[in-house]
Amino acid sequence: MSTNLPLLEVRDLRIRFRAESGVTDAVRGISFVLEKGEALAIVGESGSGKSVTALGLTRLLPTPPAEFVSGEILFEGRDVLKLSPPELRKVRGGGIAYVFQEPSTSLNPVYSIRSQIAEAIRLHRPEVEDIDAEVVHWLDAVGIVNPAQRMRDYPHQLSGGMQQRAMIAMALSCQPRLLVADEPTTALDVTIQAQILEQLRELRKRFDMSLILITHNFAIIRNLCDKVAVMFRGEIVEFGSAEEVLRNPQHPYTRALIDCIPKLGEHRKRLHTIDYSKIPTS
Amino acid sequence: MKNEFLSPGQRMMQRFRRDRIGMISSVFVAMLFIVAVTFGALSLLDVPFPADPNLTNLAEKLQPPSASHWLGTDNLGRDVLARLLHGAYISLSVGFVAVFVSLAIGVAVGAVSGYFGGWVDNVLMRVVDAIMCFPTFFLILTAVALLGPSLLNIIVVIGLVSWTGTARLVRAEFLTLRESEYVRAARGLGQNSWAIIFRHILPNAAAPIFVTAVLGIPDAILTEAGLSFLGFGVQPPQATWGNIISDGKSYILDAWWLILFPGLAIFVSALAFYLAGDALRRAASSKSETQ
Repeated sequence: MSTNLPLLEVRDLRIRFRAESGVTDAVRGISFVLEKGEALAIVGESGSGKSVTALGLTRLLPTPPAEFVSGEILFEGRDVLKLSPPELRKVRGGGIAYVFQEPSTSLNPVYSIRSQIAEAIRLHRPEVEDIDAEVVHWLDAVGIVNPAQRMRDYPHQLSGGMQQRAMIAMALSCQPRLLVADEPTTALDVTIQAQILEQLRELRKRFDMSLILITHNFAIIRNLCDKVAVMFRGEIVEFGSAEEVLRNPQHPYTRALIDCIPKLGEHRKRLHTIDYSKIPTS
Repeated sequence: MKNEFLSPGQRMMQRFRRDRIGMISSVFVAMLFIVAVTFGALSLLDVPFPADPNLTNLAEKLQPPSASHWLGTDNLGRDVLARLLHGAYISLSVGFVAVFVSLAIGVAVGAVSGYFGGWVDNVLMRVVDAIMCFPTFFLILTAVALLGPSLLNIIVVIGLVSWTGTARLVRAEFLTLRESEYVRAARGLGQNSWAIIFRHILPNAAAPIFVTAVLGIPDAILTEAGLSFLGFGVQPPQATWGNIISDGKSYILDAWWLILFPGLAIFVSALAFYLAGDALRRAASSKSETQ
Protein backbone atom coordinates (compact mmCIF):
# COMPACT_ATOMS: atom_id res chain seq x y z
CA MET A 1 0.00 0.00 0.00
CA SER A 2 1.47 3.32 -0.98
CA THR A 3 1.87 5.80 1.82
CA ASN A 4 0.43 8.83 0.09
CA LEU A 5 -2.93 7.14 -0.36
CA PRO A 6 -5.70 8.88 1.59
CA LEU A 7 -7.30 6.79 4.34
CA LEU A 8 -10.76 7.27 2.91
CA GLU A 9 -11.92 8.61 -0.36
CA VAL A 10 -15.59 8.82 -1.27
CA ARG A 11 -16.34 9.47 -4.92
CA ASP A 12 -19.74 10.46 -6.24
CA LEU A 13 -21.65 8.32 -3.73
CA ARG A 14 -25.37 8.02 -4.36
CA ILE A 15 -27.68 6.21 -1.95
CA ARG A 16 -31.36 5.79 -2.60
CA PHE A 17 -34.21 4.40 -0.52
CA ARG A 18 -36.89 2.56 -2.38
CA ALA A 19 -40.10 2.06 -0.43
CA GLU A 20 -43.67 1.35 -1.42
CA SER A 21 -44.49 4.99 -0.77
CA GLY A 22 -41.86 6.16 -3.23
CA VAL A 23 -38.20 6.69 -3.92
CA THR A 24 -35.99 8.95 -1.83
CA ASP A 25 -32.52 10.03 -2.85
CA ALA A 26 -30.86 10.32 0.55
CA VAL A 27 -27.32 10.90 -0.68
CA ARG A 28 -26.90 12.58 -4.07
CA GLY A 29 -23.40 12.21 -5.37
CA ILE A 30 -21.11 13.27 -2.56
CA SER A 31 -17.31 13.18 -2.72
CA PHE A 32 -14.70 13.85 -0.06
CA VAL A 33 -11.25 12.82 1.02
CA LEU A 34 -10.07 12.05 4.53
CA GLU A 35 -6.34 11.83 5.16
CA LYS A 36 -4.78 9.65 7.83
CA GLY A 37 -5.10 11.19 11.28
CA GLU A 38 -7.56 13.85 10.16
CA ALA A 39 -10.84 14.66 11.83
CA LEU A 40 -13.80 15.52 9.67
CA ALA A 41 -17.12 16.86 10.84
CA ILE A 42 -20.18 16.20 8.72
CA VAL A 43 -22.73 18.83 9.67
CA GLY A 44 -26.31 19.18 8.62
CA GLU A 45 -29.86 19.13 9.85
CA SER A 46 -32.02 16.04 10.36
CA GLY A 47 -32.66 14.29 7.08
CA SER A 48 -29.71 15.88 5.29
CA GLY A 49 -28.17 12.46 4.67
CA LYS A 50 -25.29 12.65 7.12
CA SER A 51 -26.17 9.52 9.08
CA VAL A 52 -26.93 7.61 5.90
CA THR A 53 -23.49 8.58 4.63
CA ALA A 54 -21.88 7.41 7.86
CA LEU A 55 -23.66 4.06 7.85
CA GLY A 56 -23.09 3.69 4.12
CA LEU A 57 -19.31 3.77 4.63
CA THR A 58 -19.40 0.10 5.69
CA ARG A 59 -22.69 -0.78 4.02
CA LEU A 60 -24.53 -0.93 7.34
CA LEU A 61 -27.76 0.14 5.64
CA PRO A 62 -30.30 -2.61 5.11
CA THR A 63 -30.62 -3.37 1.38
CA PRO A 64 -33.48 -3.23 0.49
CA PRO A 65 -34.81 -0.58 1.07
CA ALA A 66 -31.43 1.15 0.68
CA GLU A 67 -29.66 0.98 -2.63
CA PHE A 68 -26.13 2.05 -3.57
CA VAL A 69 -26.83 3.61 -6.92
CA SER A 70 -23.31 4.60 -7.87
CA GLY A 71 -19.98 5.76 -6.55
CA GLU A 72 -16.95 4.39 -4.79
CA ILE A 73 -15.95 4.25 -1.14
CA LEU A 74 -12.20 3.71 -1.14
CA PHE A 75 -10.99 2.74 2.30
CA GLU A 76 -7.21 2.26 2.27
CA GLY A 77 -7.44 2.00 -1.47
CA ARG A 78 -10.09 -0.71 -1.63
CA ASP A 79 -13.68 -0.12 -2.67
CA VAL A 80 -15.93 -1.04 0.24
CA LEU A 81 -18.84 -1.45 -2.16
CA LYS A 82 -17.03 -4.31 -3.89
CA LEU A 83 -15.83 -6.24 -0.83
CA SER A 84 -16.99 -9.79 -0.18
CA PRO A 85 -18.94 -10.34 3.07
CA PRO A 86 -15.94 -11.72 5.03
CA GLU A 87 -13.71 -8.86 3.84
CA LEU A 88 -16.42 -6.39 4.74
CA ARG A 89 -16.68 -7.81 8.25
CA LYS A 90 -12.96 -7.21 8.69
CA VAL A 91 -13.33 -3.56 7.71
CA ARG A 92 -16.29 -3.14 10.05
CA GLY A 93 -14.91 -2.66 13.52
CA GLY A 94 -11.31 -3.39 12.57
CA GLY A 95 -10.95 -0.63 9.98
CA ILE A 96 -13.92 1.61 10.60
CA ALA A 97 -15.60 1.46 14.00
CA TYR A 98 -18.79 3.21 15.07
CA VAL A 99 -20.12 5.01 18.08
CA PHE A 100 -23.83 5.68 17.85
CA GLN A 101 -26.14 8.33 19.16
CA GLU A 102 -28.06 6.41 21.78
CA PRO A 103 -25.71 4.60 24.15
CA SER A 104 -28.49 3.08 26.24
CA THR A 105 -29.81 1.05 23.31
CA SER A 106 -26.51 0.44 21.52
CA LEU A 107 -25.36 -1.94 24.23
CA ASN A 108 -26.96 -5.36 24.37
CA PRO A 109 -28.93 -5.47 27.64
CA VAL A 110 -28.31 -9.14 28.36
CA TYR A 111 -24.51 -9.02 28.45
CA SER A 112 -22.11 -7.36 30.82
CA ILE A 113 -19.85 -4.61 29.48
CA ARG A 114 -16.93 -7.00 29.84
CA SER A 115 -18.37 -9.66 27.57
CA GLN A 116 -19.41 -7.13 24.90
CA ILE A 117 -15.96 -5.58 24.69
CA ALA A 118 -14.40 -9.03 24.86
CA GLU A 119 -16.47 -10.04 21.84
CA ALA A 120 -15.11 -7.09 19.86
CA ILE A 121 -11.55 -7.95 20.83
CA ARG A 122 -11.93 -11.62 19.91
CA LEU A 123 -13.35 -10.65 16.52
CA HIS A 124 -10.58 -8.35 15.44
CA ARG A 125 -7.58 -9.19 17.54
CA PRO A 126 -7.60 -12.96 18.10
CA GLU A 127 -3.93 -12.76 19.15
CA VAL A 128 -4.84 -11.08 22.45
CA GLU A 129 -4.48 -13.61 25.24
CA ASP A 130 -5.42 -11.81 28.43
CA ILE A 131 -8.77 -10.44 27.33
CA ASP A 132 -9.81 -9.17 30.76
CA ALA A 133 -6.65 -7.10 31.03
CA GLU A 134 -7.36 -5.68 27.58
CA VAL A 135 -10.94 -4.79 28.52
CA VAL A 136 -9.69 -3.05 31.66
CA HIS A 137 -7.10 -1.19 29.59
CA TRP A 138 -9.66 0.27 27.20
CA LEU A 139 -12.21 1.12 29.87
CA ASP A 140 -9.42 2.91 31.68
CA ALA A 141 -8.43 4.71 28.48
CA VAL A 142 -11.91 6.21 28.07
CA GLY A 143 -11.88 7.46 31.63
CA ILE A 144 -13.99 4.91 33.48
CA VAL A 145 -13.00 4.84 37.12
CA ASN A 146 -12.35 1.46 38.70
CA PRO A 147 -12.64 -0.43 35.38
CA ALA A 148 -11.97 -3.92 36.79
CA GLN A 149 -15.08 -3.55 38.90
CA ARG A 150 -17.23 -1.64 36.40
CA MET A 151 -16.69 -4.10 33.54
CA ARG A 152 -18.86 -6.64 35.34
CA ASP A 153 -21.82 -4.25 35.20
CA TYR A 154 -24.73 -4.68 32.85
CA PRO A 155 -25.63 -1.69 30.64
CA HIS A 156 -28.63 -0.68 32.76
CA GLN A 157 -26.39 -0.22 35.76
CA LEU A 158 -24.39 2.54 34.06
CA SER A 159 -25.30 6.17 33.52
CA GLY A 160 -25.68 7.50 29.97
CA GLY A 161 -22.22 9.05 29.97
CA MET A 162 -20.67 5.84 31.25
CA GLN A 163 -22.53 3.81 28.65
CA GLN A 164 -21.21 6.04 25.90
CA ARG A 165 -17.69 5.70 27.28
CA ALA A 166 -18.17 1.92 27.23
CA MET A 167 -19.30 2.15 23.59
CA ILE A 168 -16.22 4.19 22.73
CA ALA A 169 -14.04 1.67 24.58
CA MET A 170 -15.64 -1.12 22.57
CA ALA A 171 -14.99 0.69 19.30
CA LEU A 172 -11.39 1.51 20.26
CA SER A 173 -10.63 -2.02 21.46
CA CYS A 174 -10.71 -3.15 17.82
CA GLN A 175 -7.96 -0.60 17.10
CA PRO A 176 -9.70 0.91 14.08
CA ARG A 177 -7.98 3.38 11.75
CA LEU A 178 -11.18 5.41 11.53
CA LEU A 179 -13.77 6.10 14.20
CA VAL A 180 -17.18 7.23 13.01
CA ALA A 181 -19.12 8.94 15.79
CA ASP A 182 -22.73 9.51 14.79
CA GLU A 183 -24.01 12.28 17.08
CA PRO A 184 -22.25 10.67 20.04
CA THR A 185 -23.37 13.30 22.53
CA THR A 186 -26.90 14.14 21.44
CA ALA A 187 -28.49 11.87 24.06
CA LEU A 188 -26.30 13.15 26.88
CA ASP A 189 -26.61 16.21 29.04
CA VAL A 190 -24.40 19.20 28.36
CA THR A 191 -21.71 18.70 30.99
CA ILE A 192 -21.25 15.07 29.98
CA GLN A 193 -21.20 16.12 26.32
CA ALA A 194 -18.18 18.29 26.95
CA GLN A 195 -16.39 15.47 28.79
CA ILE A 196 -17.06 12.94 26.05
CA LEU A 197 -15.92 15.30 23.29
CA GLU A 198 -12.76 16.14 25.20
CA GLN A 199 -12.18 12.41 25.64
CA LEU A 200 -12.59 11.82 21.90
CA ARG A 201 -10.13 14.59 21.10
CA GLU A 202 -7.53 13.16 23.45
CA LEU A 203 -8.00 9.55 22.32
CA ARG A 204 -7.70 10.53 18.69
CA LYS A 205 -4.32 12.11 19.35
CA ARG A 206 -3.13 9.30 21.59
CA PHE A 207 -3.97 6.48 19.19
CA ASP A 208 -3.38 8.45 15.97
CA MET A 209 -6.83 7.66 14.70
CA SER A 210 -8.95 9.42 12.11
CA LEU A 211 -12.38 10.61 13.08
CA ILE A 212 -15.61 11.38 11.33
CA LEU A 213 -17.96 13.24 13.61
CA ILE A 214 -21.58 13.47 12.55
CA THR A 215 -23.38 16.35 14.20
CA HIS A 216 -25.92 19.07 13.71
CA ASN A 217 -24.16 21.24 16.22
CA PHE A 218 -21.60 23.69 14.81
CA ALA A 219 -20.57 24.72 18.28
CA ILE A 220 -18.78 21.48 19.10
CA ILE A 221 -16.65 21.06 16.01
CA ARG A 222 -14.17 23.91 16.29
CA ASN A 223 -12.03 22.23 18.92
CA LEU A 224 -12.39 18.72 17.62
CA CYS A 225 -12.21 18.72 13.85
CA ASP A 226 -9.81 19.80 11.10
CA LYS A 227 -12.31 19.78 8.27
CA VAL A 228 -16.01 20.33 7.87
CA ALA A 229 -18.43 19.01 5.26
CA VAL A 230 -21.80 20.71 5.33
CA MET A 231 -24.59 18.51 4.03
CA PHE A 232 -27.93 19.73 2.78
CA ARG A 233 -30.57 17.63 1.04
CA GLY A 234 -28.15 14.80 0.36
CA GLU A 235 -25.35 16.92 -1.04
CA ILE A 236 -22.19 18.41 0.35
CA VAL A 237 -22.77 22.12 -0.15
CA GLU A 238 -19.58 23.28 1.48
CA PHE A 239 -16.29 21.61 2.33
CA GLY A 240 -13.20 23.09 3.89
CA SER A 241 -11.07 23.53 6.97
CA ALA A 242 -13.08 23.98 10.14
CA GLU A 243 -11.53 27.34 10.89
CA GLU A 244 -12.21 28.68 7.44
CA VAL A 245 -15.79 27.50 7.16
CA LEU A 246 -16.70 28.83 10.58
CA ARG A 247 -15.07 32.19 10.04
CA ASN A 248 -16.13 32.71 6.48
CA PRO A 249 -19.01 30.48 5.41
CA GLN A 250 -19.64 30.60 1.66
CA HIS A 251 -22.90 28.78 1.17
CA PRO A 252 -26.16 30.40 2.36
CA TYR A 253 -27.17 27.18 4.11
CA THR A 254 -23.93 27.10 6.11
CA ARG A 255 -24.45 30.72 7.06
CA ALA A 256 -28.01 29.97 8.10
CA LEU A 257 -26.83 27.01 10.22
CA ILE A 258 -24.18 29.09 11.95
CA ASP A 259 -26.70 31.84 12.60
CA CYS A 260 -28.86 29.33 14.41
CA ILE A 261 -26.31 29.01 17.21
CA PRO A 262 -27.51 31.31 20.00
CA LYS A 263 -24.69 33.62 21.06
CA LEU A 264 -23.92 34.61 24.60
CA GLY A 265 -24.88 38.15 25.61
CA GLU A 266 -26.89 38.78 22.49
CA HIS A 267 -30.37 40.18 22.76
CA ARG A 268 -32.93 38.45 20.57
CA LYS A 269 -36.65 38.08 20.79
CA ARG A 270 -36.75 34.89 18.75
CA LEU A 271 -34.20 32.23 17.93
CA HIS A 272 -33.09 31.95 14.33
CA THR A 273 -34.61 29.36 12.07
CA ILE A 274 -33.62 28.50 8.54
CA ASP A 275 -35.53 30.23 5.74
CA TYR A 276 -35.36 27.58 3.03
CA SER A 277 -36.70 29.88 0.35
CA LYS A 278 -33.38 31.73 0.44
CA ILE A 279 -31.30 28.64 -0.15
CA PRO A 280 -30.64 27.74 -3.78
CA THR A 281 -31.34 24.17 -4.85
CA SER A 282 -28.83 22.89 -7.34
CA MET B 1 -27.07 -2.73 46.41
CA LYS B 2 -29.08 -5.88 45.92
CA ASN B 3 -29.30 -5.71 42.15
CA GLU B 4 -25.56 -5.46 41.67
CA PHE B 5 -24.27 -7.76 38.90
CA LEU B 6 -27.62 -9.38 38.15
CA SER B 7 -28.29 -10.16 34.52
CA PRO B 8 -31.77 -9.44 33.13
CA GLY B 9 -32.51 -13.18 33.33
CA GLN B 10 -31.53 -13.32 36.97
CA ARG B 11 -33.70 -10.32 37.74
CA MET B 12 -36.62 -12.01 36.00
CA MET B 13 -36.17 -15.05 38.23
CA GLN B 14 -35.99 -12.76 41.24
CA ARG B 15 -39.39 -11.31 40.32
CA PHE B 16 -40.72 -14.81 39.67
CA ARG B 17 -39.76 -15.93 43.16
CA ARG B 18 -41.84 -13.12 44.63
CA ASP B 19 -44.93 -14.33 42.73
CA ARG B 20 -46.95 -16.52 45.10
CA ILE B 21 -49.09 -18.30 42.50
CA GLY B 22 -46.02 -18.85 40.37
CA MET B 23 -44.10 -20.37 43.26
CA ILE B 24 -46.94 -22.65 44.39
CA SER B 25 -47.56 -23.92 40.89
CA SER B 26 -43.90 -24.44 40.15
CA VAL B 27 -43.46 -26.36 43.40
CA PHE B 28 -46.35 -28.54 42.26
CA VAL B 29 -44.73 -28.96 38.84
CA ALA B 30 -41.49 -29.93 40.54
CA MET B 31 -43.28 -32.53 42.67
CA LEU B 32 -45.01 -33.88 39.60
CA PHE B 33 -41.64 -34.12 37.94
CA ILE B 34 -40.17 -36.07 40.86
CA VAL B 35 -43.18 -38.43 40.91
CA ALA B 36 -42.94 -38.98 37.17
CA VAL B 37 -39.21 -39.68 37.22
CA THR B 38 -39.40 -41.95 40.29
CA PHE B 39 -42.35 -44.01 39.15
CA GLY B 40 -41.20 -43.98 35.56
CA ALA B 41 -37.98 -45.62 36.74
CA LEU B 42 -39.89 -48.08 38.97
CA SER B 43 -42.14 -48.90 36.05
CA LEU B 44 -39.22 -49.61 33.74
CA LEU B 45 -37.55 -51.75 36.43
CA ASP B 46 -40.83 -53.62 37.06
CA VAL B 47 -40.93 -52.73 40.74
CA PRO B 48 -44.55 -53.18 41.94
CA PHE B 49 -44.75 -50.11 44.21
CA PRO B 50 -47.24 -49.20 45.68
CA ALA B 51 -48.79 -52.00 43.64
CA ASP B 52 -48.24 -53.59 40.25
CA PRO B 53 -50.14 -51.23 37.92
CA ASN B 54 -50.87 -54.05 35.50
CA LEU B 55 -51.75 -56.83 37.99
CA THR B 56 -55.32 -57.87 37.35
CA ASN B 57 -57.41 -59.32 40.15
CA LEU B 58 -60.97 -59.93 39.08
CA ALA B 59 -62.02 -60.81 42.62
CA GLU B 60 -61.39 -57.16 43.58
CA LYS B 61 -62.72 -55.42 40.49
CA LEU B 62 -64.43 -52.00 40.66
CA GLN B 63 -63.74 -51.48 44.34
CA PRO B 64 -64.30 -47.96 45.66
CA PRO B 65 -61.43 -46.16 47.42
CA SER B 66 -60.43 -48.01 50.59
CA ALA B 67 -57.44 -48.54 52.88
CA SER B 68 -55.95 -51.22 50.66
CA HIS B 69 -56.71 -49.41 47.38
CA TRP B 70 -56.58 -45.69 48.13
CA LEU B 71 -58.12 -44.67 44.83
CA GLY B 72 -60.09 -47.86 44.21
CA THR B 73 -59.68 -50.46 41.47
CA ASP B 74 -60.77 -50.65 37.86
CA ASN B 75 -62.85 -53.19 35.95
CA LEU B 76 -59.96 -55.67 35.93
CA GLY B 77 -59.16 -55.15 39.59
CA ARG B 78 -56.03 -53.07 38.93
CA ASP B 79 -55.01 -50.47 41.52
CA VAL B 80 -55.92 -47.00 40.20
CA LEU B 81 -53.33 -45.16 42.32
CA ALA B 82 -50.56 -47.39 41.00
CA ARG B 83 -51.75 -46.86 37.45
CA LEU B 84 -51.91 -43.08 37.91
CA LEU B 85 -48.40 -42.90 39.38
CA HIS B 86 -46.88 -45.21 36.80
CA GLY B 87 -48.61 -43.33 34.00
CA ALA B 88 -47.40 -39.90 35.07
CA TYR B 89 -44.11 -40.10 33.20
CA ILE B 90 -45.95 -40.67 29.91
CA SER B 91 -47.83 -37.40 30.24
CA LEU B 92 -44.76 -35.45 31.32
CA SER B 93 -42.45 -36.90 28.71
CA VAL B 94 -45.01 -36.17 26.01
CA GLY B 95 -45.33 -32.64 27.37
CA PHE B 96 -41.62 -31.89 27.59
CA VAL B 97 -40.28 -33.72 24.55
CA ALA B 98 -43.07 -32.58 22.21
CA VAL B 99 -42.51 -29.00 23.31
CA PHE B 100 -38.78 -29.42 22.77
CA VAL B 101 -39.39 -30.66 19.22
CA SER B 102 -41.84 -27.86 18.47
CA LEU B 103 -39.53 -25.27 20.02
CA ALA B 104 -36.56 -26.42 17.96
CA ILE B 105 -38.50 -26.13 14.70
CA GLY B 106 -40.43 -23.00 15.67
CA VAL B 107 -37.36 -21.06 16.80
CA ALA B 108 -35.33 -22.05 13.75
CA VAL B 109 -38.08 -21.15 11.28
CA GLY B 110 -39.07 -17.96 13.11
CA ALA B 111 -35.48 -16.76 13.50
CA VAL B 112 -34.55 -17.30 9.86
CA SER B 113 -37.84 -15.82 8.70
CA GLY B 114 -37.66 -12.74 10.90
CA TYR B 115 -33.97 -12.05 10.49
CA PHE B 116 -33.54 -12.50 6.75
CA GLY B 117 -36.99 -11.33 5.70
CA GLY B 118 -37.77 -10.98 1.98
CA TRP B 119 -38.75 -14.04 -0.03
CA VAL B 120 -37.40 -16.43 2.63
CA ASP B 121 -39.83 -14.93 5.12
CA ASN B 122 -42.64 -15.07 2.59
CA VAL B 123 -42.15 -18.75 1.78
CA LEU B 124 -41.78 -19.83 5.40
CA MET B 125 -44.77 -17.86 6.63
CA ARG B 126 -47.00 -19.25 3.84
CA VAL B 127 -45.95 -22.76 4.98
CA VAL B 128 -46.93 -21.78 8.52
CA ASP B 129 -50.28 -20.46 7.27
CA ALA B 130 -50.90 -23.69 5.38
CA ILE B 131 -50.17 -25.83 8.44
CA MET B 132 -52.36 -23.62 10.60
CA CYS B 133 -55.26 -24.22 8.21
CA PHE B 134 -55.48 -27.88 9.28
CA PRO B 135 -57.51 -28.70 12.35
CA THR B 136 -54.53 -29.75 14.48
CA PHE B 137 -56.14 -32.48 16.51
CA PHE B 138 -57.42 -34.36 13.48
CA LEU B 139 -54.09 -33.98 11.75
CA ILE B 140 -52.43 -35.60 14.76
CA LEU B 141 -55.12 -38.25 14.90
CA THR B 142 -54.65 -39.14 11.24
CA ALA B 143 -50.86 -39.17 11.46
CA VAL B 144 -50.89 -41.38 14.55
CA ALA B 145 -53.45 -43.70 12.94
CA LEU B 146 -51.19 -44.08 9.89
CA LEU B 147 -47.88 -44.37 11.72
CA GLY B 148 -49.09 -46.49 14.63
CA PRO B 149 -49.74 -45.25 18.14
CA SER B 150 -46.36 -45.56 19.87
CA LEU B 151 -45.11 -43.10 22.49
CA LEU B 152 -42.36 -41.88 20.18
CA ASN B 153 -44.73 -41.35 17.25
CA ILE B 154 -47.14 -39.40 19.41
CA ILE B 155 -44.42 -37.12 20.73
CA VAL B 156 -42.95 -36.47 17.30
CA VAL B 157 -46.32 -35.87 15.65
CA ILE B 158 -47.48 -33.46 18.36
CA GLY B 159 -44.17 -31.65 18.10
CA LEU B 160 -44.32 -31.48 14.31
CA VAL B 161 -47.73 -29.85 14.16
CA SER B 162 -47.50 -27.47 17.10
CA TRP B 163 -44.51 -25.30 16.18
CA THR B 164 -46.36 -22.75 14.06
CA GLY B 165 -47.37 -20.47 16.94
CA THR B 166 -43.80 -20.43 18.24
CA ALA B 167 -42.48 -19.66 14.75
CA ARG B 168 -44.75 -16.66 14.43
CA LEU B 169 -43.86 -15.39 17.89
CA VAL B 170 -40.13 -15.77 17.28
CA ARG B 171 -40.45 -14.10 13.88
CA ALA B 172 -42.23 -11.12 15.43
CA GLU B 173 -39.54 -10.81 18.12
CA PHE B 174 -36.81 -10.97 15.48
CA LEU B 175 -38.51 -8.37 13.30
CA THR B 176 -38.39 -5.93 16.21
CA LEU B 177 -34.98 -6.83 17.59
CA ARG B 178 -33.12 -6.92 14.28
CA GLU B 179 -33.76 -3.16 13.97
CA SER B 180 -32.40 -2.49 17.43
CA GLU B 181 -29.36 -0.30 17.91
CA TYR B 182 -27.29 -3.01 19.52
CA VAL B 183 -27.81 -5.29 16.54
CA ARG B 184 -26.60 -2.47 14.30
CA ALA B 185 -23.71 -1.92 16.68
CA ALA B 186 -22.85 -5.62 16.49
CA ARG B 187 -22.97 -5.53 12.69
CA GLY B 188 -20.84 -2.40 12.79
CA LEU B 189 -18.28 -4.37 14.76
CA GLY B 190 -18.08 -6.92 11.96
CA GLN B 191 -20.12 -9.68 13.58
CA ASN B 192 -21.61 -12.25 11.18
CA SER B 193 -25.31 -13.02 10.78
CA TRP B 194 -25.31 -16.27 12.75
CA ALA B 195 -23.54 -14.75 15.72
CA ILE B 196 -26.01 -11.87 15.62
CA ILE B 197 -28.97 -14.26 15.50
CA PHE B 198 -27.79 -16.57 18.26
CA ARG B 199 -25.69 -14.29 20.45
CA HIS B 200 -27.44 -10.97 20.16
CA ILE B 201 -31.07 -11.47 19.20
CA LEU B 202 -32.09 -14.86 20.57
CA PRO B 203 -31.10 -14.17 24.22
CA ASN B 204 -33.18 -11.00 24.10
CA ALA B 205 -36.16 -12.98 22.82
CA ALA B 206 -35.59 -15.77 25.36
CA ALA B 207 -38.20 -14.69 27.89
CA PRO B 208 -41.27 -14.83 25.60
CA ILE B 209 -39.98 -18.04 24.00
CA PHE B 210 -39.55 -19.63 27.41
CA VAL B 211 -43.07 -18.57 28.39
CA THR B 212 -44.68 -20.10 25.28
CA ALA B 213 -42.67 -23.26 25.86
CA VAL B 214 -44.02 -23.64 29.38
CA LEU B 215 -47.53 -22.87 28.15
CA GLY B 216 -47.09 -25.45 25.38
CA ILE B 217 -46.48 -28.29 27.84
CA PRO B 218 -50.07 -28.55 29.14
CA ASP B 219 -51.36 -28.37 25.56
CA ALA B 220 -49.26 -31.38 24.65
CA ILE B 221 -50.35 -33.22 27.82
CA LEU B 222 -54.00 -32.55 27.03
CA THR B 223 -53.55 -33.64 23.42
CA GLU B 224 -51.96 -36.91 24.54
CA ALA B 225 -54.78 -37.47 27.03
CA GLY B 226 -57.32 -36.84 24.28
CA LEU B 227 -55.57 -39.26 21.92
CA SER B 228 -55.41 -41.93 24.62
CA PHE B 229 -59.06 -41.40 25.42
CA LEU B 230 -59.92 -42.01 21.76
CA GLY B 231 -57.76 -45.11 21.74
CA PHE B 232 -55.04 -43.63 19.52
CA GLY B 233 -52.68 -42.94 22.37
CA VAL B 234 -50.14 -45.13 24.08
CA GLN B 235 -51.56 -48.64 23.97
CA PRO B 236 -52.69 -50.80 26.92
CA PRO B 237 -51.60 -52.36 29.15
CA GLN B 238 -49.30 -49.34 29.64
CA ALA B 239 -51.29 -47.00 31.88
CA THR B 240 -51.63 -43.36 30.87
CA TRP B 241 -53.94 -40.78 32.38
CA GLY B 242 -55.94 -40.65 29.18
CA ASN B 243 -56.48 -44.37 28.77
CA ILE B 244 -57.45 -44.88 32.43
CA ILE B 245 -60.33 -42.49 31.76
CA SER B 246 -61.01 -44.20 28.45
CA ASP B 247 -61.22 -47.63 30.15
CA GLY B 248 -63.36 -46.22 32.93
CA LYS B 249 -65.90 -44.39 30.81
CA SER B 250 -68.20 -47.42 30.50
CA TYR B 251 -68.46 -47.56 34.30
CA ILE B 252 -69.00 -43.88 34.82
CA LEU B 253 -72.27 -44.34 36.73
CA ASP B 254 -71.01 -47.16 38.99
CA ALA B 255 -67.36 -46.30 39.50
CA TRP B 256 -66.85 -42.53 39.62
CA TRP B 257 -63.27 -42.93 40.93
CA LEU B 258 -62.14 -44.32 37.58
CA ILE B 259 -62.89 -41.00 35.91
CA LEU B 260 -62.47 -38.51 38.71
CA PHE B 261 -58.89 -39.20 39.81
CA PRO B 262 -57.16 -39.37 36.42
CA GLY B 263 -59.31 -36.44 35.35
CA LEU B 264 -58.12 -34.48 38.36
CA ALA B 265 -54.52 -35.46 37.69
CA ILE B 266 -54.74 -34.11 34.12
CA PHE B 267 -56.63 -31.00 35.17
CA VAL B 268 -54.40 -30.05 38.09
CA SER B 269 -51.17 -30.71 36.19
CA ALA B 270 -52.29 -28.70 33.19
CA LEU B 271 -53.46 -25.90 35.47
CA ALA B 272 -50.15 -25.87 37.33
CA PHE B 273 -48.22 -25.52 34.06
CA TYR B 274 -50.53 -22.77 32.84
CA LEU B 275 -50.26 -20.82 36.09
CA ALA B 276 -46.49 -21.24 36.21
CA GLY B 277 -46.25 -20.09 32.59
CA ASP B 278 -48.45 -17.11 33.31
CA ALA B 279 -46.36 -16.14 36.32
CA LEU B 280 -43.25 -16.36 34.14
CA ARG B 281 -44.90 -14.07 31.64
CA ARG B 282 -45.62 -11.56 34.37
CA ALA B 283 -42.03 -11.78 35.60
CA ALA B 284 -40.69 -11.37 32.08
CA SER B 285 -42.83 -8.40 31.15
CA SER B 286 -42.55 -6.31 34.30
CA LYS B 287 -40.29 -3.55 33.14
CA SER B 288 -40.49 -1.56 36.36
CA GLU B 289 -37.00 -2.53 37.45
CA THR B 290 -35.30 -2.45 34.08
CA GLN B 291 -34.35 1.18 34.14
